[in-house]
Amino acid sequence: MKPRVSTLLWGAALLLTAAFSQAAAQTAQLTVMTHDSFSISRQTVAAFEQAHGATLRFLKAGDAGAALNQAILSKANPMADVFFGVDNTYLSRALKADIFQAHDSPLLAAIPDRLKLDPQNRLLPVDFGDVCLNYDKKWFQTRQLRPPASLEDLAQPAFRGLTVVQNPATSSPGLAFLLATVGRFGENGYLDFWQKLRDNDVLVVDGWKEAYWGQFSGASRGSRPIVVSYASSPPAEVHFAESPLDEAPTAAVTAPGSCFRQIEFVGILKGTPRLALARQLVDFMLDRGFQEDIPLQMFVFPANRQAALPEVFRRHTRLAEQPVALPPEEIAAHRERWIQAWTETVLR
Amino acid sequence: MAPSPPRGRLLFLLPPLLFLGLFYFYPLARIFAVSFFPGDLWSPLEPKKLFTSGYYLSRLWFTFWQAAVSTLLTLALALPGAGLLARYDFRGRATLQTLATIPFVLPTVVVASAFQALLGPHGLVNTGLMAIWELPAPPIRVHQSVGLILAAHVFYNYAVVLRIVGGFWAQLAPEINEAARMLGASGWQAFRRVTLPQLQPAILAAALLVFMFCFSSFGVVLILGGPRLATIEVEIYRQAVHLFNLPLAGALSLIQILFTFGLMWAYTALQRRSALALMPAAPAFGRRAVQTAGERLFLGLGLLPAAIFLSAPLAALLLQSFTTENGLGLAFYRALVENPSQSLFFVPPFHAMGYSVGFALTALLLALAVGLPAALFLAGPPSRLSALLDPLFMLPLSTSAVTLGFGFIIALDRPPLNLRNSPWLVPVAHCLVAFPFVLRSLLPALRSIPESLREAASLLGASPRQVWRSVDLPIIGRALLVGMVFAFTVSMGEFGATALVARPQTPTMPLAIFRFLGQPGALNYGQAMAMSSLLMIVTAAGFVLLEKLRPETSGGF
Repeated sequence: MKPRVSTLLWGAALLLTAAFSQAAAQTAQLTVMTHDSFSISRQTVAAFEQAHGATLRFLKAGDAGAALNQAILSKANPMADVFFGVDNTYLSRALKADIFQAHDSPLLAAIPDRLKLDPQNRLLPVDFGDVCLNYDKKWFQTRQLRPPASLEDLAQPAFRGLTVVQNPATSSPGLAFLLATVGRFGENGYLDFWQKLRDNDVLVVDGWKEAYWGQFSGASRGSRPIVVSYASSPPAEVHFAESPLDEAPTAAVTAPGSCFRQIEFVGILKGTPRLALARQLVDFMLDRGFQEDIPLQMFVFPANRQAALPEVFRRHTRLAEQPVALPPEEIAAHRERWIQAWTETVLR
Repeated sequence: MAPSPPRGRLLFLLPPLLFLGLFYFYPLARIFAVSFFPGDLWSPLEPKKLFTSGYYLSRLWFTFWQAAVSTLLTLALALPGAGLLARYDFRGRATLQTLATIPFVLPTVVVASAFQALLGPHGLVNTGLMAIWELPAPPIRVHQSVGLILAAHVFYNYAVVLRIVGGFWAQLAPEINEAARMLGASGWQAFRRVTLPQLQPAILAAALLVFMFCFSSFGVVLILGGPRLATIEVEIYRQAVHLFNLPLAGALSLIQILFTFGLMWAYTALQRRSALALMPAAPAFGRRAVQTAGERLFLGLGLLPAAIFLSAPLAALLLQSFTTENGLGLAFYRALVENPSQSLFFVPPFHAMGYSVGFALTALLLALAVGLPAALFLAGPPSRLSALLDPLFMLPLSTSAVTLGFGFIIALDRPPLNLRNSPWLVPVAHCLVAFPFVLRSLLPALRSIPESLREAASLLGASPRQVWRSVDLPIIGRALLVGMVFAFTVSMGEFGATALVARPQTPTMPLAIFRFLGQPGALNYGQAMAMSSLLMIVTAAGFVLLEKLRPETSGGF
């Protein structure tokens, strides 16, 4: 290599190093570990930082499962003070690993009891999302067909070859949907239902992105008008439309017993040297300011009853009526068996 | 490096062994220790489970099988192209080369979506055909299948064979081949009996890289193959992340590593026998210009199908990034610089480009610093030590990202090596994958240098350093460039490890693409396509820059 070239490259490396080593903050620093779908607005962060004279730093560590596992693995020497984003399918694992510190937040009073799954308040509910069927409105309108109204509909001959779902072994909405069918049809009936879906030519793909962007006719050049997604996907379609829309191009099936409610929790990691500040941050996250920021940042619903929903949510979505609920211990105990049985039935 | 004594050669091993020791073997040992000697988190492994159920064996077999077939297909399709590019000069040569290398950076989700936009039921091809022939249903049906996996693997790896073999081919002196022709051999005979044996080291090196890449293929198999087909890599991720069954994930990782080591060991033995010292082509020797109509036709037939196959998905992507509701426009590119929801994690496109390029250059330097000495050592006289190290150096390429990522978390958590929150973790992780590319592309070239040339230079009074600069460097210049291009590209496009270790303060372009694809809405999809197009453009610009760095040698590759 010619000298001037190496000079150039080393220069680039040095610049990068300079960019990395930002000046250390003068204030107390609080680190929040979370998954890669987490988002928050700048104003909300600034509000907390000014009120408490602290600096917030966020660590994203892969998807929800990978992030939690890293928090558990680094138990002896924690990487963060607060962890955001344990959902109810992983709740048991998190509590069993004993990495969270109890915190009886005064704000729990504003949160419905059915969202609270840990009586000791080591993990506090912060938001929830409903995993539901979404369908492409236009597809059904142009063919003058009735869109699906329940899980049972998917097994009808009229809906043959129209549905795409995610593999519960590799996808979080996929697992939530499998749990919805377990809750709806019971331990003895859910495999029969899946057998019918298989006979009705259901398509299984690996994850939400491939299903929604690759196969769903409502969002891509795919050919399947029914997809497993969230109750909040239609408002996201409106919010992120190219030009303003009066009506969402898709709709969610929110009839009783057709959705699974994913609840997300926040908790203080044991061993934090800044316990008081961490408590303040959790309280802040359960309070109205942060809670009203949640819908348009992450497209899920706030846990706090008093938080007002943005207009796009009020107009284009409904909460699932009577979503399927399964106790977290039961999910933890049978997750592997259910997925295994599902795989045997649907994929073999 | 004959002039230096063996003892001195051992110094070459310092950088690679130090680097791999700290960032590969140590984290791996730690995560295996946690996995196999569990505390209260897991029940210990039942090894019986692994072997009694045929499930894992069939996974391993499928993994091996698809990688082998993908490799053979890629070789069959890319070798003619490599020969033509090495021997002929024509307009668009450089473009074709760049084009072939770009797929390497694209995230699988994006490639899958491009395939869909091209060949899906409502894709460009089908809508076109339906309009022309007034068909009621889409004539072409591409679906989750092994075929699609193989096609994608060829799409990704075509460039590896094209550049590694092509670069080596351009170095061959044409006289030997011509002598064979003079003695009455047909063109085919001369190729089979003269050129092919000379090319063998480069072909083997390229084949090995392609094989390893497909063997640990994660995204392609998951997304294009559908959930019925899973490789060991996919199974490891599932066990480690979704079920948190680290003992089983660790055991599978170990099986994957041992299997790879065995393969590599066999390869190394094979390769030792195939190294030939060659008289390099004189610098004056260039490529032939295309002269006759027959040659034009020959070139067209040899290169056009590959060019179409490689460029169609890329063109589909570019087109999608400009296709808005109101015809062609820049709406999605404009949206990239806006942050209407004021998210803290908004990534201005120039920042993402800056971090991606910065990480890629850093990873490139690291890969050179580690790979060059390693190649110099291995190119020396064969010994037991080099027979052991050669396979070891390739292991990072086939180790599951999640296993290693978890290893980083528990191993690099205390000063002086507290790197868990450091941005340096990204180029380090990228270097682990990029360094085998540098090593593999350098080795065949280094081994082909005739000792007589070095000795002649020494006799004429050149110092070892001068010998290196005037003999070795010009000959391996091309190979060095090829290694650098791949190191840069691997880092630009890497996602799996980056997602685990990158920090929101330093987002890369693939991370930004995934963020857009994570939420519904036409605007998000359009921005993902726009960011993917920018990724292609920045990478291509990087190639042009790297080309400029090459030491002067005959022609360019």
